[in-house]
Amino acid sequence: MIEIDKITRLYNGVPAVDAVTMTIETGTVTVIVGTSGSGKTTLLRMINRLEEPSSGEVRINGESTLTIKPHILRRRIGYAIQGHGLFPHHTVARNIGAVPELLNWSADKISARVDELLTLFSMEPETFRNRYPGELSGGQQQRVGVARALASRPDLLLMDEPFGALDPVIRTRAQDDLRRIQKQLGSTIILVTHDMEEAIRLADRVAVMDSGQLVQHGTPAEIITRPATEFVADMVGRVERPLRLLSLVPVSELVEEGVAEGEALPVEASLRDALSACLWTGRAAVPVEQDGVLVGRVTFEAIRARARARAHP
Amino acid sequence: MRIGTFLRPALTLLLLALVLRPVWFTPLFAPFASAGGPVIYERASLLSLSISHLGLVAAASAAATLVAVTLAILVTRPAGAAFLPLSRTITNMGQTFPPVAVLALAVPALGFGAGPTLVALFLYGLLPIFENAIVALSTLPPATMEAARGIGLNRWQQLVRVELPLALPVTLTGIRLSVVIALGTATLGSTVAARTLGEVIIAGLLTNNTAFVLQGGLIVGLFAVLIYDALVQLETRLVRRTGG
Amino acid sequence: MNAKGSAGALSAPGILFAVLGLAAMLAPFMTLAANRIVAGDAIVAWRLAEPGVTLPGLLSLAAGLALGLLAAWPRIRMAGAALGLAGLFWLLMAGTPNLLAGAGEYARVSPAAGFWCLLAVFILLMSDALGNLAPGPLARAALLIAALAALTLVLWSGALSDLSIMQEYAGRKPAFIDAFVRHLGLAFGSLAIAGVIGFPLGILCHSRAQLRGAILPVLSFLQTIPSLAMFGLMIPILGWVGETVPGAQSIGIAGIGFAPAFLALVFYSLLPVVGNTVAGLSAAPPAAIEAARGMGMTQRQRLLRVELPLGLPVILTGVRIVLVQNIGLAVIAGLIGGGGFGTFVFQGLNQTATDLILLGALPTVMLALVAAIAMDILVDLVRTTPEATA
Repeated sequence: MIEIDKITRLYNGVPAVDAVTMTIETGTVTVIVGTSGSGKTTLLRMINRLEEPSSGEVRINGESTLTIKPHILRRRIGYAIQGHGLFPHHTVARNIGAVPELLNWSADKISARVDELLTLFSMEPETFRNRYPGELSGGQQQRVGVARALASRPDLLLMDEPFGALDPVIRTRAQDDLRRIQKQLGSTIILVTHDMEEAIRLADRVAVMDSGQLVQHGTPAEIITRPATEFVADMVGRVERPLRLLSLVPVSELVEEGVAEGEALPVEASLRDALSACLWTGRAAVPVEQDGVLVGRVTFEAIRARARARAHP
Repeated sequence: MRIGTFLRPALTLLLLALVLRPVWFTPLFAPFASAGGPVIYERASLLSLSISHLGLVAAASAAATLVAVTLAILVTRPAGAAFLPLSRTITNMGQTFPPVAVLALAVPALGFGAGPTLVALFLYGLLPIFENAIVALSTLPPATMEAARGIGLNRWQQLVRVELPLALPVTLTGIRLSVVIALGTATLGSTVAARTLGEVIIAGLLTNNTAFVLQGGLIVGLFAVLIYDALVQLETRLVRRTGG
Repeated sequence: MNAKGSAGALSAPGILFAVLGLAAMLAPFMTLAANRIVAGDAIVAWRLAEPGVTLPGLLSLAAGLALGLLAAWPRIRMAGAALGLAGLFWLLMAGTPNLLAGAGEYARVSPAAGFWCLLAVFILLMSDALGNLAPGPLARAALLIAALAALTLVLWSGALSDLSIMQEYAGRKPAFIDAFVRHLGLAFGSLAIAGVIGFPLGILCHSRAQLRGAILPVLSFLQTIPSLAMFGLMIPILGWVGETVPGAQSIGIAGIGFAPAFLALVFYSLLPVVGNTVAGLSAAPPAAIEAARGMGMTQRQRLLRVELPLGLPVILTGVRIVLVQNIGLAVIAGLIGGGGFGTFVFQGLNQTATDLILLGALPTVMLALVAAIAMDILVDLVRTTPEATA
């Protein structure tokens, strides 16, 4: 459990982060969203003490980070940033093994861990181990950056706009990968972004920052349906609201007996995907399949009813 | 900057006094003079030496600028592109030639006097200007060049209205380097009988009169520092204007 | 140009070299003088000796220039340059004894404008072809060693020892070796001291912006001071030190001689060393530094594992600048009794003895060129990162 307790950072007397208090459960993904200058990055950087808080403290599993030397603390916390920050003069293997190297792991243990992580990120270790960052594509560089952050099995992974430099197609894949790997490893992640779409896609909890203050902290559904301020409502976007809500619900929740025409959707797809399929082909229902076997259908009417129920519970 | 605001006029005044009223400094230099020897250099007026020195530098630098920028424009056009790698090689190799050696080697070819000095200053001065002008002209922002073509400027208009103004600050840095080297090399020119301020220093070295060495060294040093500073100021102003 | 190939198949610089080379072949190739001071008679290449002797040389010059035209085959152009250089030395070796025969005891022969221009043309042709081949650092090192070995062989063989400049050398062998050692001592010694001071200073400046703001402008003003003035100004300073500090004179610190020259060179070296160290250390991508901090590297670990390895090429480039600059500036030490090749240059200027000037200037130029090429190779060797890095 990470407890952020009335943490404040002043620049020339002006608060960039103003008495933010927030608790983060182990094994969850928290996404901090805000516009530029909202203090979201400063808040993140105070967790691994790249910025020193002016007052307040952060506790990890009850232990105040202020009692630990900053560089020792940072070795326990993974950190991935926009533009990956890989060392251009080190191979992929040496980049991923950087923190284990700082922690004096044995060479065998490091190389086993490197191969394990490369496999986890669907990169063939034989092929990629000895390449230099300059020889990788943008998406591969970014994956190596995240693998490096995870290398020492940190208690906590901090990510600052990790997908900001990627094009939209690669970004969606990287987000899916992150979600998959997080579930597999059960990591605790705090991620900063300015993109509400990304926040809703990845987060268990969304924290919205505005002018240095935490204006709302809750589940994606809460953020969409009960925005605490006008600012949060603007961030969510009034037009996109219902669609974002539907994107949180998997088709499996609304599957009913029956048949429908046309191409089937997998059960993991969201209601937004189902709605889109209905609208695009003019169908009133879409068939649903699981592992290639038809399991029923989802109807346009059911989607409409669910959207209304979720918007006005 | 703050130090500069009062240091600059102070040094300028000191330099003027050293050149125009050398006698004022007799007490200062006297302890360094050889026993019974003269304290202040009087074989030639320091003003005329200064003018001759700066004149050599100005003439050589102006000619070098003209030729180097023209050549740089030529090799950065599509027609001259075949010469671009060669030009880079020549500037790289040429700059490893020590200025003193260039000066000394000009003597067998041209004899003594201002001639070899001028040629050495000119040849050596070409290189930094040429190098910087090539860099400036071949690394212009592609978007700006695209826009210049897009709004319908012809090649000549692109060169005169866009490329040259944008290349100016970097080219000017080359000119500054070139002028500084020329000032130093011109000082050495007095070893091949050109009339420059180096004469005062050489006279001091030959007669073991440290007072002369100090006097000449101070004047030449001050000229160099002040001219360098003035050119830096000019560049800063230009960069600010072009937003580079 | 001709029926077989369009002008596109010919190298544009090659055409320039051919034109310049042919013009230079018409210029005087050597001079014959009655003694070492008077001006000599100019002799063109085909009059150096019997036609049977000069013809192979002239033909290989022409063939070298012709091969230099072939844009598509840089290796052949290289071979052309080598052939041309061989032809030049052939003519020199053939002409020298022939001209001296019966010309009197004090007669001197020297290469003249034609030789020097052709030498420049063929060296440029070689570097142009090399530029197209773009060989790796090790191949370039092998080439440099081969070229130096060839030159040593020619000089060692004694085939050129009747040339005027070699006679100047023969008369001053111990002095030449002394000057050589002094010159290297001035150039490399001042570099070493500047490195010991400047490198830590650069690291300090890197981490403290205030220090950087104070030191770099001072150093660049020092760099601006004309060399003769700088050398001169060292004289009273060191003279004072020599007289007032006990024991200073016994270790050679005095107003004139080696010490002021050495100190002046150290001052000139500081800016490139400190400036390039600062520039090199800040060459690491900001995101990589941020990541290094974020993963818990201490300041020392960041310096040793990230900033230094990434900045090494830039730092070594600073060393290259210093080395080439100091080899040149060390000539001026000859004016204040500091020794080195400058001694010959200034003696030669005083006596208007061209060959003595060359005896000082040519080794200096050679030394500077070799140092520059060797340092370029070294810089390429330490550049471990693939160029494609984003």
